[in-house]
Amino acid sequence: MIGKLLVSGLIAGFIAGVLAFGTARVWGEPSVDAAIALEEAAAAHDHAPGTAPDHSHGEEELVSRETQAGMGLFTGTAVFCTALGGLFALAFAFLHGRVIPLGARATAGLTALAGFVTVSLVPALKYPPNPPAVGALETIGTRTGLYFGLIVASLAAAAIGIKILKSVRLQPWHAAIAGCATYAVLMLAAGTILPAVNEVGPDFPADVLWQFRTASIGLHAVIWTALGLVFGELAARQLEPDTGLRPA
Amino acid sequence: MTHSTTAPAIHAAPIPLRDLAPWAVFFGLLMLVALYFVTTEQGAAALTEGGYVHEYVHDARHLLGFPCH
Repeated sequence: MIGKLLVSGLIAGFIAGVLAFGTARVWGEPSVDAAIALEEAAAAHDHAPGTAPDHSHGEEELVSRETQAGMGLFTGTAVFCTALGGLFALAFAFLHGRVIPLGARATAGLTALAGFVTVSLVPALKYPPNPPAVGALETIGTRTGLYFGLIVASLAAAAIGIKILKSVRLQPWHAAIAGCATYAVLMLAAGTILPAVNEVGPDFPADVLWQFRTASIGLHAVIWTALGLVFGELAARQLEPDTGLRPA
Repeated sequence: MTHSTTAPAIHAAPIPLRDLAPWAVFFGLLMLVALYFVTTEQGAAALTEGGYVHEYVHDARHLLGFPCH
């Protein structure tokens, strides 16, 4: 049964990945292109030869812009979403009937909503996604560590929230509020304690930054929505065959 | 609301943790390795030489919100 759920997760993830590619291509690429144009303009000014990192978007590129925005983007979103779908299936298998006392579709929907908030939205509010041309090469390790650390902290806070939800003696709705409030308070604390990262140059256009960041968060919303809806459908057909195929 | 009432009350029995654990560990790790290659390889950490992986998934990495460079 778990194996079948896992396959459903991978399928839902791949479908989400295809949608994510379309979304990223249409919604996200314009601001990526704009940022790269700025990066190249800046590099043309002050890139002293020899100090240039091996990473360059301009001349001598390893991968062309068309590939980056085409097959590369598709591969990246498809692999990311398919793997996320696998993890989603495992989370669903844990939550269904244990934490969320609902049918497969509703459980998948709530799992997706919780995943979007804990994995994507809340970490992005503290450490927002950055377009090309933003971010110092020397701090990549620190930034990655902080970002991944916050995602892990967010998952841990969600686990504590679930623990509260399960142990508090209240009716389900109020227990859910208690769990969510616990999560919110913990994440506010984490967000306050952890250091800020802001490497956006004073000359970087606010408009491009806004376009890029809203596109990135929107992309995550599309991914989780697709995961929740498609996986819910597949899981319902597997776990609730009677209701799953009955005409409304 | 004309809901069919023949739908079974859904109180699905949870999948026992004992059954779930091996799947979660094995496939969880496998999924994390895949995520690592899309989000981090040749960025903050590198298992392979060069910058091809980084450049190939460059746009996806940025738009998915991961520190790229």
